[in-house]
Order: sequence, then C-alpha cells, then structure tokens
Amino acid sequence: MSEPRLQLNDITKDFSGVKALKGVSLTLMPGSVHGLVGENGAGKSTLIKILTGAYEKTSGEILYEGTTIEAMSPKKAKDLGIHCIYQELNIANHLSIAENIFLGEQPTKMFGMIDWKKMNEEALAVLQSLKIDLNPKKLAGELSIAQKQMIEIARAISQKANVLIMDEPTSSLSERETEVLLTLVNELKNKGVSIIYVSHRMNEIFQICDTVTILRDGTYIKTLPIDEIEDTHDLVQLMVNRKLEDFFGKVEVPQGETVLEVKNMTKHGLLEGISFSVKSGEILGVAGLVGSGRTEIAEAIFGIAPPDEGDMLIENKKVNISSPKDAISNGIGFVTENRKETGLVLKRSVMENISLANLPFVSGRFFISPKKEKEVSSLYKQKLNIKTSTLEQKISNLSGGNQQKAILARWMIRQPKVLLLDEPCRGVDVGAKADIYAQIIEMAKQGTAILMISSEIDEIVGMSDRVLVMHEGKISGEVEKEDINPDTILNLAFGGTVNAK
Amino acid sequence: MQNNTAKIERPANQATFSKTAYFLLDKGIAIIGVVLLFVIMSIVSKDFLTVDNLLNVSRQAAVLCIMAVAMTFIIITGGIDLSAGSQIAVAGVVVASLLAAGVPLPLAILLTILSGAVIGLFIGGIISTQKIPPFIVTLAMMTILSGVAFVITQGSPIVVTDPAFRFLGRGYIGPIPVPIILLIVVSILGYMLLSHTKFGRSVYAIGDNEEAARLCGINVKRVKMGVYVLGSSIIAFAGVLLASRLSTGSPNAGTGSELDAIAAVVLGGTNLFGGEGKITGTLMGVAIISILNNGLNLLNVSSYHQLIIKGAVILLAVWLNSLKEKRAA
Repeated sequence: MSEPRLQLNDITKDFSGVKALKGVSLTLMPGSVHGLVGENGAGKSTLIKILTGAYEKTSGEILYEGTTIEAMSPKKAKDLGIHCIYQELNIANHLSIAENIFLGEQPTKMFGMIDWKKMNEEALAVLQSLKIDLNPKKLAGELSIAQKQMIEIARAISQKANVLIMDEPTSSLSERETEVLLTLVNELKNKGVSIIYVSHRMNEIFQICDTVTILRDGTYIKTLPIDEIEDTHDLVQLMVNRKLEDFFGKVEVPQGETVLEVKNMTKHGLLEGISFSVKSGEILGVAGLVGSGRTEIAEAIFGIAPPDEGDMLIENKKVNISSPKDAISNGIGFVTENRKETGLVLKRSVMENISLANLPFVSGRFFISPKKEKEVSSLYKQKLNIKTSTLEQKISNLSGGNQQKAILARWMIRQPKVLLLDEPCRGVDVGAKADIYAQIIEMAKQGTAILMISSEIDEIVGMSDRVLVMHEGKISGEVEKEDINPDTILNLAFGGTVNAK
Repeated sequence: MQNNTAKIERPANQATFSKTAYFLLDKGIAIIGVVLLFVIMSIVSKDFLTVDNLLNVSRQAAVLCIMAVAMTFIIITGGIDLSAGSQIAVAGVVVASLLAAGVPLPLAILLTILSGAVIGLFIGGIISTQKIPPFIVTLAMMTILSGVAFVITQGSPIVVTDPAFRFLGRGYIGPIPVPIILLIVVSILGYMLLSHTKFGRSVYAIGDNEEAARLCGINVKRVKMGVYVLGSSIIAFAGVLLASRLSTGSPNAGTGSELDAIAAVVLGGTNLFGGEGKITGTLMGVAIISILNNGLNLLNVSSYHQLIIKGAVILLAVWLNSLKEKRAA
C-alpha cells in the first residue's frame, strides 16, 4: 500500500472560544474518493477551509505526502495541488472555455501577449483527457451548470491538482448530469487524484466513495470503509444521534379550522406538486436540506415567486396572490431567512423597522401618528423583551436576536392568519431563542396558523405539531406528532424512506 | 421628532470620548459649517452681516433650495437626478412660451408644473420598470431635455414682460421677498411629507433595503415613480421661479445647477446610497453653498478660484460624513 497523500491529525478550530472543529482526523490515499458527511453546521465547510488555507487551524497537524505543513495558505495549498470546487461556481461567463481553464495562468508569448493558439490546444488536450466533449473556443456563458462544473474540474487538473475537494457538486444538477459527473470523478480517481467528496446525497456517497468520514457538531465521529456501512439509514444514524434539550417550552394548543390550504403547487424546477394544509393554532414544521425547496414554498405562498400551477385557499376561500402586498392583505406574514438582506432597513430606527409593515395601523389618512406608532412599538418591545436603550436607536446597533425580535414584532402587530417563519432563530443567541419560541407559541395560542421552516432539527422536533419534509422540490413525507423524531425526519430529508403510514 | 432624539440615544459602549465627537459628526457637520462660515464671513467682510445682504442671500438661495428639497427625496431612495438643471431650463422656456402665447399666468404656471410631472413620470417609469440605473437614465435625460429647451426657443431666450410674473421672483410681501416665502413653504411641505407620512417612510425604506420594503407590502415601483414625479414637479416650480427672477425663459438657465443641488443634499448629511437624510440637513447644505457663494463674491474672489474652493468644501464635508459612517459600522 502506498503512502497517504494527505493526512490530518487531530485538527481543532476555535472561533473566538467557540469550537467549530474538535479533533478531526482524516487520511486521504492517492487515487481514492473520500466522502465527508454531516448535517448542516457539522463542520464540513470549516474543514475544507482549513485544507485550502482560507482558515488557519487552531491545533493539530497536516501532513502532505509525509511532510508536515506548518502554515497552510491559499497559495501554499495551490502549490501543493489542493484544489476545491465550491458550490458557487467560479466561472467568467463572458470568456471562452479555454480562457476559463487558464484563468490567471494564460500561456503567453512575446511582450506578455496571450498565446491563443497554445491556450486553445492545451485546453482541448485537458478536456479530451477527461473525456469532456466541448469546444474550448465556446463561451462559458452558454454552458449548463454541469458543464461549467466540468470546466472548473478541468481547470484544477490543468493546474496539476493532486487533491480535489468537491463541495456538494451535484446539489444543482439533474440526475443525468449527476451520472456524467460521477463518471468524471471516477476518471479522476483512476488518474491517481485524491478526492474529498462532500454531499448530502447518500446514494452518491455509496456509489463512488471508498471511505467515509462522519462529522457531527464539529466533532469527529468516525471514518469507515464504505463496505462497512450497511445502508443510508445506518449512515444517517451516525450523523444525527443526539439528545434534545427542552427549552422550547412547547405547549399543546387546541387546533381550530384549516386556515391555509395549498393544492398541488408547482414551480418548474423548484417545487413539484406541493399540497398541505395548516390549521389555526398549529405549528407546521418544514424540514429538508438546503436547496430542497423549503424556502421556495414560503416564497410561493407570499407572492415573491408565485407558483406556475396550483391553488391556494385561505379560510376555504380561493385566493390569488401575485405580490407580497396581496399576501399581506390576505393576512399572511413572512419572517425571512436572511434578516439583513430581506428583513431589516438597517439604517433606520428600531421603531421604524417594527412599524414598516404596519404603517396603515399607525397612520391617519395621510400622516403617521407619532403617538400611536410609539405606543404600539413600546408594547411589543416589552412583550418580546427587545433589548434596546430606546426605540429610536438604529437597529444595526442591536444584537442579532433583538433584531430578529423586532421583525417578529412587525408581523405580530398585524395579527396575521398565517405566519411564515423561515429559520426564525438563525444567528440568534440562546436567550433570545427562548423568547422567540415563547412568542411563536403565543401566536399559535391566538389562533395563527404557523409554517416554520428550519434546518435545525432540534427546533423542528421541539416546536412542530406536524412536520413536512422536503426532498428535491417534493414533499418526501408528512410526519404526525407522535412520529416526530430526528431519525425519521433526517431519513426523509436525505431521500430515504420511512415505514410510516 | 427624529431630530432631538438621536443625539441622546447612543449605545452605551460608545462612551465618553466619542459622545461629543459623535454628536458633532452625526448632526453637527452641516450646522457647524454654517455657523463657522457665518462667523468668518461676518468678520472678514463688513458687507456680509447686513439685513439687505442676508435677504439677498436667501432670495438667491430659493431656486437652489427648492431643487435640493426635490433632490433629497430622490437621493434618499438611492437614486439621483442629473437632469434637474435641464428640467429648470425646460420649465423656464415652457412657462415663458405659454405666457408669450397669451395663456393666463396661473394656468401657465400650473401647466408648467404639470409638464414637470410628465417628465418625472417618464424618468421614474424607466427607472422603476426597466431597472436602468438612475444615474444613466438622468444623464441621458440631461442631454435630451437640454435639447428640448433649445428646440422650443430656437436657441434664443424668451423675454417675459408681464409684471405679475416677475412678482414671484422679485416681489415682496411686506418686507419679505416672495422667493424666501416660497422657499420656506416648499421646505416645510417637503419636511412634513418626508418625516410624517407613510409615503415618506416608504421612501426611506426603499432607499435602505428595497427588498425588505417590498416584503412589507410597499409598492416599490409606485413609490419610486411618485418620487420622480414629485421631484420633477418641484424642480419645474423652481424653474418657473428662476425664469421669473430673470424675466426670461432661457435654454441656458439652470445649467449645472443639479450639481449644486446634489452637493447641498450631500453636505446636509444625506447618504448618497439612500436610506438616510433629512430636509433640515439639506437646508443647512443649501445655506453653506449660498453663504460661500455670497461671501466669496463679497471678498472679490475670482470666479475661477471660487470653483476650487467650493469643490474643496464639498470634498471635506463628504469625507467627514464618511468618517461618521465608519464609526457607525
């Protein structure tokens, strides 16, 4: 057996005291594919960033072909031949395939002018060696995502990559494109390239990996040869397995009539045949991996990206929603996933942020009533325990948790019939989380139908009365209260099946 | 209401030292600029601090001030209007032509403002529906409208003889010049609209985060169009005022004045990227530019040197504002 190409021993990474990685070890052999799996936030990205030199490790050891690498930097990684293909492709659409392959390393002739002939020839050679049938003179912008990915791989190979890290390369590919990509990965493996393959798609892991390393909450769980893992279920078990703390304060709320009903909602390429309903007082959790169509459901309901097909009923009446304005007037509220980009007006005050969706409530026919505005916002500031010196404080000076509470207050004031929550506690500290959960339950008590999207499995399990699990744009399962547990949900999310009714 | 609160409400962690400095940076640049300029000018020129001169400064500031109020709305949405100067020219020649054609004065003024509204609708329509950057749209409009003004007049100014028309720009009500009254009225209306209405709140929200505004049910397109319609209508009124002062509708009037208006808005602390700014700040900015102009004239500084000094002052103010931004971040 040959020497390992890359060896990580006991790698640890702290971010100002918070351990993002604990004791991760990994051995990568030449000409092998090594799977790296774990939930969102398990530490996969951090590990990749340490390998590519984007982050510095706090402790531990990296050996490249037996030599200790002291300080890894992006430059060093490149010199060693460690390349990474990220989810967001790094392709210049207005340049040709050949130019993209040799981006920044174009062969030159006299006076630093680009040697086009040589570049095109070499590009063709690289493409052919990888059995990619594309004309190097073609514009990259005309290629499909899968083809662009192949160009990135060709670029890495042209730069003599020995270690290729692929971060969820198939997340936006169709099944057929995935097959082509996996064949290419095998081709690379036969050429002796070592590949670290990150994917949420378990069947791919089984299909191409030789060994798998499992991470959970930043901790190294184990490394196993693929033959020693029985099936998807086994692997998911290793990835999840943990106890839930009960700080959600979940209370059973009597459920009323159906408030929102979605029938056969389809958005081409994103959502397919989505049907479900939510009752008054019910919290319906929506689980699934990133990109599985969770957020798209909320965006379709709220009129941000109206569906191509399907019906929506509110209180048994068919509604037509083609803009957020329509959605709001139909009694829907939406706390978005990314508060800085789509939620807050950061240069304005806490009060203005709270009243932004409520201007009609605090205004006369023309003028805003400063008194009413202040009254309403003070009330909700207290109710949600928003920590700010005054309501006139700029919202950008508040912590993430308090900003999130302000957005929640914005929608609570409206007393919506339906509240869509997308990652309600992302980037929120533990204390504020408890406050937010309490308010979500409070709203359920008041009869609001709540749709809560979350990638935190604890949150889904701890808060939901019922859970929809999404997988590749479809509902892969609907889990009733008594069956809600992390295993069932993750299995469905990873595309497995569950013996549920 | 926002004016008097913000100075007290600083986060606790930005304690003592910065409290004063912060206040000065946050609120004070424009005010201090005005006070400083005022004091300096009073000392170096004995003609400056006289009632006549101050009324004169204000009267001359009226056109700039009304334009700057319009520009404040536009810049807070994250936009800009480079064609404001050409719009002044168009309004001037339109009102003069209408009067020359025998249209009664009130109707002529109304129609001119309406023509401004149409221009604004066109600009706002392109910006909000076609998603072309306001900078580009209004740059093109600057040339187009300048051409329109020349076409209407065939290149030569139209002189207005009607004394009633001259009242707007040169008349007095009691001891107070009419332009000053108009300046005050437009500023107050602008202030009320921006700070105390749903529309004003939407303007801030759109300039700060368009997507968040849309998700809160604000009709972003309509508000943006509204801002340009409002802006161009106000600018048309400023054009009428200028024509009245000059008793002429000239296609050359107002050329380059958009830059003074933008400078005044920025000097007043409005964020060029939108989301922040106040009419009161803009008034300070207008005061700085007007006092500077007047003072330098009184001191017989050549107009060439004046350009250099004015530019330097703008650069200085914007630099101070950027310090504030960094501190806040």
